[in-house]
Amino acid sequence: MAEFRLPPNSRIRKGKHFAVANGAKNVRCFAVYRYDPDSDENPRVDTYDVDMDTCGPMVLDALIKIKNEIDSTLTFRRSCREGICGSCSMNIDGGNTLACTLSIDDVKGNIRVYPLPHMPVIKDLVPDMTNFYAQYASIKPWLQSRTPPPPNHERLQSKEDQERIDEPAACILCACCSTACPSYWWNSDRFLGPAVLLAAYRWLVDSRDEATGERLDELEDPFRLYRCHTIMNCTQTCPKGLNPARAIAETKKMLAARRH
Amino acid sequence: MSMRTPMASVLGLGTAKDGTADWWGQRVSAVALILLGLWFAVSIANLDNLEHASAVGFIAKPLNTVLLSLFCVTLAYHSCLGVQVVVEDYVHEPWIKVTSLMASRFAHVFVAIVSVYAILKIGLGA
Repeated sequence: MAEFRLPPNSRIRKGKHFAVANGAKNVRCFAVYRYDPDSDENPRVDTYDVDMDTCGPMVLDALIKIKNEIDSTLTFRRSCREGICGSCSMNIDGGNTLACTLSIDDVKGNIRVYPLPHMPVIKDLVPDMTNFYAQYASIKPWLQSRTPPPPNHERLQSKEDQERIDEPAACILCACCSTACPSYWWNSDRFLGPAVLLAAYRWLVDSRDEATGERLDELEDPFRLYRCHTIMNCTQTCPKGLNPARAIAETKKMLAARRH
Repeated sequence: MSMRTPMASVLGLGTAKDGTADWWGQRVSAVALILLGLWFAVSIANLDNLEHASAVGFIAKPLNTVLLSLFCVTLAYHSCLGVQVVVEDYVHEPWIKVTSLMASRFAHVFVAIVSVYAILKIGLGA
């Protein structure tokens, strides 16, 4: 059965509190999920008081400040700090988003920071993305064409055709959407999830691709595609403002269209 | 610990090349239920009273016999697809899943046939 309660060794306990140095006037409290695989201890939530007068505006700025100045054991992924690499995706204030593009001022009260939901945790805020990346690779995310490319120029595409892939191609594979999807929580071993289905749709609507039928064949499955019940968490949470739910609905319509 | 590659796990048994028929069936039966449900609600609201005799009189009219039978069969079909989705979503133990899906089919077909039998019995005046 689907598990609605965390197993005993995953239940979260109260952790340590790191108070700010005396004299700070503008203080925000960050409650951060901590898990150390090298200890036998359960996960805990440590709280850090951060002096905002010496901190950047984004949640990622605060996490970096905590790691640099308060607790160097805190572990998280980050790279570009401008919402294009997708590394710092995590669950902040109850929603999946990118730490680098979420302003601390947009969060009321304590800033709760957890790893992406329902993923195996490697350490602290770092989830194991192995299955997610294998799912992405399984949809063959590259151009497939039987017609050889023209000898003296690129494969041409109209402006309108390019516009059809603009949005799905803007996905940064941060996995915020997939890990916000209850269907993905219960069936991530077989359901591809919104991020990978959006990527699949990006190739389905690419006017230069000639494997549309084969791609649809590979998606037509009660679990790979049809576990999507249009819950819409994906679209609501996408930090890039994309609409995976619509891409999935369009894919279902394509599958219906070729039957009638 | 599994030694399979992540890709092997993801590809699994391959695609069932199925699911679209069920998805389309859900939509068709949902649209049918909107129409039949509206007819049913309006019809019940327009009954003179909710006594047994007036209900029997309503069902006995030929058009009502047909539409009510359709309503019950469509409802059972739609519900069967819905329960199937719930089982596939939440039940992962193979033997419980297969047993649940089978029991659901049996129950829905049984309820549909009992309903249609009862309606026809009144409609045909047996």
